[in-house]
Amino acid sequence: MSIEIKNVEGITRESTQAMIDKALDAYPEKGRKKRAPHLAPNDQAGCSACVKSNRKTVPGVMSARGCAYAGAKGVVWGPIRDMVHVSHGPVGCGWYSWGTRRNLMTGINGVTNFAMQFTSDFQEKDIVYGGDKKLKQLLAETRELFPLAKAISVLSECPVGLIGDDINAVAKQSSADLDIPIIPCNCEGFRGVSQSLGHHISNDTIRDFVIETREYPDPIGPYDVALIGEYNIGGDAWSVKPLLEEIGLNVKAIWTGDGEIEKIAATHQVRLNIIHCYRSMNYMAKVMEEKYGIPWMELNFFGPSKIAASLRKLGEYFGEEIRQKVETVIAKYEPRMQAVIDEYRPRLEGKKVMLYVGGLRPRHTVNAYEELGMMVVGSGYEFAHGDDYERTAAEMPDATVIYDDISEYEFEQFAHELKPDLVGSGIKEKYLFQKMGIPFRQMHSWDYSGPYEGYEGFAVFARDVDMAVNSPTWSLVKSPF
Amino acid sequence: MRQIAIYGKGGIGKSTTTQNTVAGLASLGKKVMIVGCDPKADSTRLMLHAKAQATVMDLVRELGTVEDLELEDVLKVGYGDVKCVESGGPEPGVGCAGRGVITAINFLEENGAYTPDLDFVFYDVLGDVVCGGFAMPIRENKAEEIYIVCSGEMMAMYAANNIAKGILKYASSGKVRLGGLICNSRKTDKEYELIEALADKLGTQMIHFVPRDNQVQRAELRRMTVIEYSPDHPQATEYRELARKISENKMLVVPKPLTMDELEDLLMEFGIMEADDPNVGKAEGA
Repeated sequence: MSIEIKNVEGITRESTQAMIDKALDAYPEKGRKKRAPHLAPNDQAGCSACVKSNRKTVPGVMSARGCAYAGAKGVVWGPIRDMVHVSHGPVGCGWYSWGTRRNLMTGINGVTNFAMQFTSDFQEKDIVYGGDKKLKQLLAETRELFPLAKAISVLSECPVGLIGDDINAVAKQSSADLDIPIIPCNCEGFRGVSQSLGHHISNDTIRDFVIETREYPDPIGPYDVALIGEYNIGGDAWSVKPLLEEIGLNVKAIWTGDGEIEKIAATHQVRLNIIHCYRSMNYMAKVMEEKYGIPWMELNFFGPSKIAASLRKLGEYFGEEIRQKVETVIAKYEPRMQAVIDEYRPRLEGKKVMLYVGGLRPRHTVNAYEELGMMVVGSGYEFAHGDDYERTAAEMPDATVIYDDISEYEFEQFAHELKPDLVGSGIKEKYLFQKMGIPFRQMHSWDYSGPYEGYEGFAVFARDVDMAVNSPTWSLVKSPF
Repeated sequence: MRQIAIYGKGGIGKSTTTQNTVAGLASLGKKVMIVGCDPKADSTRLMLHAKAQATVMDLVRELGTVEDLELEDVLKVGYGDVKCVESGGPEPGVGCAGRGVITAINFLEENGAYTPDLDFVFYDVLGDVVCGGFAMPIRENKAEEIYIVCSGEMMAMYAANNIAKGILKYASSGKVRLGGLICNSRKTDKEYELIEALADKLGTQMIHFVPRDNQVQRAELRRMTVIEYSPDHPQATEYRELARKISENKMLVVPKPLTMDELEDLLMEFGIMEADDPNVGKAEGA
């Protein structure tokens, strides 16, 4: 398949490389050598990863990365609503990761959802004498206080791995004693180079402790699918799931946004896995493909063109009945989407965006900006691997800058050169760019808004982007930088 | 595949006994892997004729992360086709050696070091089980069989009893069992009888009494096991006998550790301590 090569006026391979070299100039020799392979101009036609990735952060730079525990608790496990998630170790990790990701959930708190802060609150004595007795007691108390919780996850913080507590043995014993699945996850923060390993460890834990432990009560249907790597940020899953149902599919489980553990455990029975966030869930998608023969498909639901293409791909896969429904659904929403574009595009045409986020957004949202007449002039990930950058090449305009694990300094330098009209990144970057007088959206959590996925989400996305870029505030800000 | 962990007081001769036993098993045609779980990394020296082996943690330190490590970088083949790995770890007084053991064993598991053709995996673990990390080899799905190396010296017996307490903890929640005591003789008084009696009290057996012989030292100076250095020497026969006994051992028990008083009574019973000596239990000048 040939792709249409996109160019941005004024950006060439040479100009991008010059910009990179200039930013790298500030580093000492060793740091420069290490950072250089992580920054490069995009090779759109090549569809290959132009940067090195998944490497240890260079000491001394300001990185936006998280840790394995963050990947396990914040991304994979945390969104499952009918489980209690125990942050096992000192209180800080659990406390500061509580409710920060906006993976929205239904249910009644404490009854059918447990979006609360559970921790074993390690003290000196627990480090010295080991925390397994405390964990055992905590699990028993949890069972008693929240009898409706369907399972408990035990998420190891750093010290648990250091003192060598065997949480797997405690989980196994307590699981039998208390008659509830208890899932131990050895996701100590010091493991790996970023949150990415936490995703992988969690996927392995699902493979070892969860999958195939339940079955769906209803007979298996031909259109049974699961939505994998969809975390319901700002309600994304609530926009995409109804859409999939509208085209005739039966969404049996969502991994893990607003998720239910028993439905996740029975996912080996579905016919197709639809992947949103490839990075955090490709491991289990591949396990299910190998073990149960379930194919998987990576789809993008940001912006009307990508949504239509994704739905048509599903139509192709499932055959005539679904194909017809897909066309009806696209025809139904297309005018509404055109109205959104007609309203916002004139105000956003030609505006430049820089992205630096995680998971799927640095590539999946690019087209949504383009639908609004904007150009993404730089994109990168905190914790991606080579296969993510391969997938990014075709989405980004040719010769634009691609950055891996970008440091605060490099990001700032690139922004000075590229003069974006909007930066979409995380909370750690937000104030830097706002102080520079550049509109900013916190694009990990949709900045307290959402959903951004699906047809419903695109309208919200367009409104929010317009609100940020065209806010009169920015004309009143005089940046000293 | 049988996974076996060797514990015992520091300096008692665990590494020497393990390697000689493994050499014995290899001479019986068994496929064996040794996993050294000691930051000193001397558990495979006699098999590889060198201490230069790159340990798992050495390479992790060099490469920055364990994810970049390859199995063939750390798995070496020594005498009798025995596979050898050393976890390695920090020098004394810094860092966390226990985590080194956990990291190394996780790495071996994830990278397929435990191949089905192996008959035995031996974990040679540092002196005292000072933290959870050194109990890693006896977690679920790992070693289910433990041998304690001891001698007739009081502190070696005390350590053996302490290790039995640790085994009891893990035995109650898992499948780990005590296979026996290996007496590595120090030529103390009534040593044979004493260790047999201790084994009996613990509910286990003295699986073998390895006599003291300088041939071990001679072989060790040449970085070899006795079995390789002098296969016809009587000491080589002793180690082959120990290997055969372990290979055929069916007696796997949950140990019954002794109290300190019981341990002292045992020493009195064999006349090591005089019951009527008024100075027993008192410091000089007290």
